[in-house]
Parts: sequence; structure tokens; C-alpha cells
Amino acid sequence: MSVAAPGEDIHASLSGVTRVYPGAAGRPAVHALGPVELKLKRGEFFAVVGPSGCGKTTLLEVLAGLQQATVGTVTFEGRAVAGKVPDGIGVVFQEDASFPWLTVWDNAAFGLRRNGVDTAEIRRRVDDVLAFMGLTDFARAYPAQLSGGMRQRVCISRTLVLQPRLILLDEPFGALDAQTRLLMGDEVLRLWRRTGATILLITHALDEAAMLSDRIGAMSARPGQFLEIVVTGWPRERDSKIVSDAGFGEITGRLWDNLRGESMKSLGHSAMAAG
Amino acid sequence: MSRVAWIRIAVIAIAIALLEVCCRLGLIDHRVVIPPSEMADALARLLISGQDNGQIARTFGIVLVAAVISVIGGFALGAIIHALPRVRQSLDPFFATYYAVPIFIFYPVMIVIFGLSAIPIVLMGVATAIVAMIIATLNGLDRIPHVLTKVARVHRMGRIGTALLLKLPAAAPHLFTGLKLAVSYAFIGVIASEFILAPAGLGRVISDAYTDFDNRQMYALMLLLIIVATVVNMFLHAVDQRWAERRGIGKT
Repeated sequence: MSVAAPGEDIHASLSGVTRVYPGAAGRPAVHALGPVELKLKRGEFFAVVGPSGCGKTTLLEVLAGLQQATVGTVTFEGRAVAGKVPDGIGVVFQEDASFPWLTVWDNAAFGLRRNGVDTAEIRRRVDDVLAFMGLTDFARAYPAQLSGGMRQRVCISRTLVLQPRLILLDEPFGALDAQTRLLMGDEVLRLWRRTGATILLITHALDEAAMLSDRIGAMSARPGQFLEIVVTGWPRERDSKIVSDAGFGEITGRLWDNLRGESMKSLGHSAMAAG
Repeated sequence: MSRVAWIRIAVIAIAIALLEVCCRLGLIDHRVVIPPSEMADALARLLISGQDNGQIARTFGIVLVAAVISVIGGFALGAIIHALPRVRQSLDPFFATYYAVPIFIFYPVMIVIFGLSAIPIVLMGVATAIVAMIIATLNGLDRIPHVLTKVARVHRMGRIGTALLLKLPAAAPHLFTGLKLAVSYAFIGVIASEFILAPAGLGRVISDAYTDFDNRQMYALMLLLIIVATVVNMFLHAVDQRWAERRGIGKT
């Protein structure tokens, strides 16, 4: 299914993208993704939901340049992305990717130091981002002294200081409890409004996708393809209170209608694989 | 200082006091063990006289050389072996059983090859210590979270940058464990080799003192070795603890 947005400013796109993992040690190749068509509009918040193992993370990694598409083309700001992460893309991973040997401040400053940014500018940007993420009081702390949610905020800070224009979030709140996830969702919305960046969020939580996004792509079981793109129609100024909106239930219901059968298929695959 | 540390010190102090009393009361023959206070006195006199300073410097110098070679060489070999999975697969059983083999049986061979000099002793120190460092390096590299590699790519870091700025610090706790073990094993390898056969060194002097029934010198040098090995180990342990607490691993 084509997911074009005619007349819009296209920030990144996947065109006919397929990802096949070659078989190893006599095992057959795994067709993980595609073909997928996606056009991300500049400044939009797009979420991808789908059953486990449908290729959501693969889609993100192909878009980020962490993996190469087997077939198809990936572009970011009009340029082809080919196996290298382009400047302007920031990624936050599901796993705790904070550096335990560095303080929160040094974690956030890591990328800027690597890029040779001058000290005063590093201080300004890091202090600003830590204040925005509510981490100022923990600047001298080490990640081990923080909760899981705060560690994930450290990782988001490390991404934000680089001022990416496209932020890719790979289930960043997957390991957090429900309340913390709602609050983190509010923070992501805040940073999205402030930075004006385009955000692609991978999540398995339908409510999270429905609350945060302008558009939500529902993916099929492996090999993942978009079944439907749901437009939420939320105003840009929104927060987690939107979960009590009547339209919220409609959106999550529509997503579940798409995904129920696919999740069953995915479970069947898992059961067969386990058997 | 924590309560556990106080208890630890108390246990050592009581053991020393008990030995002192037993020796002074004649419950332990003076020809077998001298009182700890006499050992300390003998050590102080020995250090002040400077008669064995050359031997002391030689032995600790050899330990240092063996430890440095083991740590650097062990890390380098560990990194190479880690990068070659098939080589590692074939070597893993040797590493697993390495310390079950009495490697001192090779000491005479080394003396035959290199002569009665410091070289065979350094090699025995290295042979005793290096595998601990290789194993620690392999463990450390195995446990680097895969996500760090992705983070490195997002930051467009090259191989060397990734290795130095992300992989090395991530593996550091395991590498430091290897360093601690390598230093301890280097001490054991060097002193034991000197004890068996050497032209000079603390092990040789202790062995001579033992043969000559010179208990004061023998126990003084044994005390010196215990003190130095303990201080070095305590220092490394303290550094390790500090890092572990920062990383949230906690006290061990």
C-alpha cells in the first residue's frame, strides 16, 4: 500500500523497501520487511505499531541507515540513505544505551565533544537540554544512580543536544511502567513541539501511538507491510490527557481491528517456531 | 570505615596477637616460627641496613615487568582472539583447563633455553598471569551491550573511536578484574620461580635463609612480601570498588 502525502514537504521516505536477512548455517533466508512505502512529512509525529517480530525495528534501522534495504530506496532530506547514518538523524533505542562510566552531563555532551563543538557551546546546549528534560539536579549523577525512566531521558538528552531534524524512537519506553510511560509521552510531545523535528516512534503500545501521533502506521505480521495509515487529527498542543477524549478509543479500536488478526498470525509463527 | 572492615581488621589483629602469645609462651618452637613482633623488628632492621635492597628491587622489578607484559599482552591477545571466533572456539578448552596444569614444570625448560637469568623468571610470571588477562578480556568484550555498537554508528564513529571511547570503557570492569588477577599471579609466578632456582631475588634469599636456619631473615622477607602483595591488592580493590559503585554494581 502506498502512503504518499501529496503536496506535503517530504522529510524522509521509504520507497519499495524490502529487507531480507540471508540464511545462516543452512537456515532459510528471513524476509523481515516489505515492500514498504512511507513518506514522512517534515515536522510530523508518526508512529508504527504492529505485532511482535513484524519488522518495526528493521524499518527504523533501515530508515536510520543502520541497515541497508535489500531492495528499494530510502531518502532523508532528498538524499539517499545507504548503510550510513546521515547527519541530522538521532536515534533513541529501546535498550538502556546510557554510558555507565560517564555522568549524566558527560553522557549528554558525548556527541558534541565528538563533533568538536567548542566548550562554551557544549555547556550551553547540554545545560539547556538537561533543564528541558528535568535532569539538571542529576547532572553529576551516574546512570546507575537513576531510575530506568531517567536513564532513558539521559539517552534522549544525548540525542537532543545534537539537534537532530529526524528523531527515531525505537520503543524507548518499552521497559517502563504504564504511568511513567504516560509522563514520558508528555515529555516527548513537549520536545517534539519545541524542536520541530520529525519523529518516528516504534511502539507495540496502541494507546501510546494513539496519544502521541499525527499518523499511525499499522503493520502486518512478518514480512511487515503497512495495512493502514490512521490519521489521528489531534491538535499540535496535546498531552496525555487526550486519553480521555472520545476519539482516543475510536483510534485504538481501529488500530486493534487492523492488528488483531496479524497478532494472531504472529503468535502462530512463534508457536510453530517454538514447536 | 565500615563495620565489616573493622571486623576484618580485628580478626587479623587477634590472629597476630594469638601467634605472638603462643610464640612468647613457648607453645610454638622459636626454631619453627618467631613472634610477629620479632618479624617486624627483623624487617625494619633489614630495610634500614639495606643489605637486601638490591634483591628486593630486582624481584619487584621482575614482578612489575611480568605484570605489565601480561596485562598488555593478555589484552591484545584477548582482543585478537575475540575477533576470530573459530580461533577462539579452538582455544576455549585450553583456557578452561590452563590453571589445572602445573605450568612450573616448564621452568627447567626455560632455564635451559634462556640460561639462569631474569628472563625465565619473567616468562614464568607472564605464563602464570597472562591467561587470566586473556580470559578477562574475552569476558569483557562478550558483555559489551550490542546497542553501544548502534550508538557508535549513530554518532558516525570509526572503528578506533568505537573501540577506545565505547568498547574499552564498557569492558573496563572485566579488564580490571583481569588486571587484579594478573598482578597477583605475576607475584606468585615470580616468587615461586625464584624459590625453585634463581641467581638472585627475594625468593632465592628466602630459600637460602631457610636452608641456613636464619629464621629472622626468612620471616622478615616473608612479611615484606605479604605486606607488599596485600597493599597492592588492596589498592587495586579500592579502585575497583570505586568504579563499581559509580556504575551501580555495588560493593563486592
